[in-house]
Amino acid sequence: METLEHIIAEHPFFAGLESYYTNLLTGCASNVRFEAGSYIFKEGGEANEFYLIRAGKVALEIFAPQRKPVMLATLGEGEILGWSWLLPPYQWRFHAHAIDTVRAIALDGKCLRTKCEDNHDLGYEILKRFASIMEQRLESTIFQLVDVYAVGK
Amino acid sequence: MTTAVAAKTKLKRMEPRMTTDPMLPEPYRVRQVVKETADTFTLTLEPSSGAGASRFRPGQFSMLWVFGVGELPISISGDPAESDRLVYTVRSVGQATEALVSREVSEEVGVRGPFGTGWPVEKAEGCDVLVIAGGIGLAPLRPVIYEVLRNREKYGRLVILYGARSPRDVLYRKELTAWARQRDTQVLTTVDYGGISWRGHVGVVTTLFKQARFQTARSLAYACGPEIMMRFVARDLETRGLARENIYLSMERNMKCAVGFCGHCQYGPHFICKDGPIFSYDQMRPLLEKYEL
Repeated sequence: METLEHIIAEHPFFAGLESYYTNLLTGCASNVRFEAGSYIFKEGGEANEFYLIRAGKVALEIFAPQRKPVMLATLGEGEILGWSWLLPPYQWRFHAHAIDTVRAIALDGKCLRTKCEDNHDLGYEILKRFASIMEQRLESTIFQLVDVYAVGK
Repeated sequence: MTTAVAAKTKLKRMEPRMTTDPMLPEPYRVRQVVKETADTFTLTLEPSSGAGASRFRPGQFSMLWVFGVGELPISISGDPAESDRLVYTVRSVGQATEALVSREVSEEVGVRGPFGTGWPVEKAEGCDVLVIAGGIGLAPLRPVIYEVLRNREKYGRLVILYGARSPRDVLYRKELTAWARQRDTQVLTTVDYGGISWRGHVGVVTTLFKQARFQTARSLAYACGPEIMMRFVARDLETRGLARENIYLSMERNMKCAVGFCGHCQYGPHFICKDGPIFSYDQMRPLLEKYEL
């Protein structure tokens, strides 16, 4: 049976991280499962964890008054869900909706923040990895905003 | 007529037409018009003379004359092995394209070509093939897919990554599903804006790379779509380790003569109609980064 530490160490997000750190992270980790159709978190809720998606698909959605929910992006196996736990006020900015059954590793944000404060090397490693994800998502959002497939573009 | 003579005659009739003057359109008749999406149609044309249609390589284009309206450069989107017809997928965005997609069955259209260089499909033999398309950019790549699927043993994995604006804008839906069932073939479709009922992927086409399974060191990529999309795609592929000379892009400029005389489609030192429309990223990168070129 795969241990949590092994799963974390094998996850692309933590590729190359020293085993000392993956061991520290494992202390903040747990296995979670979300049924299809359920909400993993909702906008405005307290953001105290992030997820390494192992299986299934998650939709990031935003609600606007008198409109249907807008699906902004989908995330799947090998991807990271949630970074609001990193920065105050630690509140989710979107809804995360399980499109199908989702299996993930949840990492406790409070626990991780404490460990990062105590060990800045670990904090720097985590921040570098999240900065890369943020850069990719920002680039995707810009590309999406350009609306390249629209007529006349 | 005996069977043998009939067969010989039929063979002769299927030979490709040899056009002596590239500026002279050949009359073709509309055989079929299929509505793909709200504004995009696929036209199947056959030579009015009954002879075989012009042969083409995947990625080449024709100049289509709508008599009395104008002439348009349109990529050929059909199967290169079907020698009796030419197939084009056209998005109606203006007067000439609207006139073209409004042609009725049996009406005539003038066809010049095929022109251009085409995708270097043979270079991908023994390699994984990445087909990356955005919007109507899937049309010029469809002949590559037909070619690879027909000669499956010559190629490694076939990975088709397709991005559309919304679920309503997805082209060739049935074929995408059928291709996904072929061996060693992965088809991933994404939309920029997904409705709540959409169960597929939402995000720009580059977000599909994470799920795509191919060997970076032994892959060729063919990309077609809006230029901004191709820039993002090429950069991303390069970051993932694909050599620039193994990434091919289909460029688009205002093509008029299609034979490199008029200069309308000049792009830096190249004429898109004659030297392209397919270029390697290696060739295009310096130009893609120039503002307002």
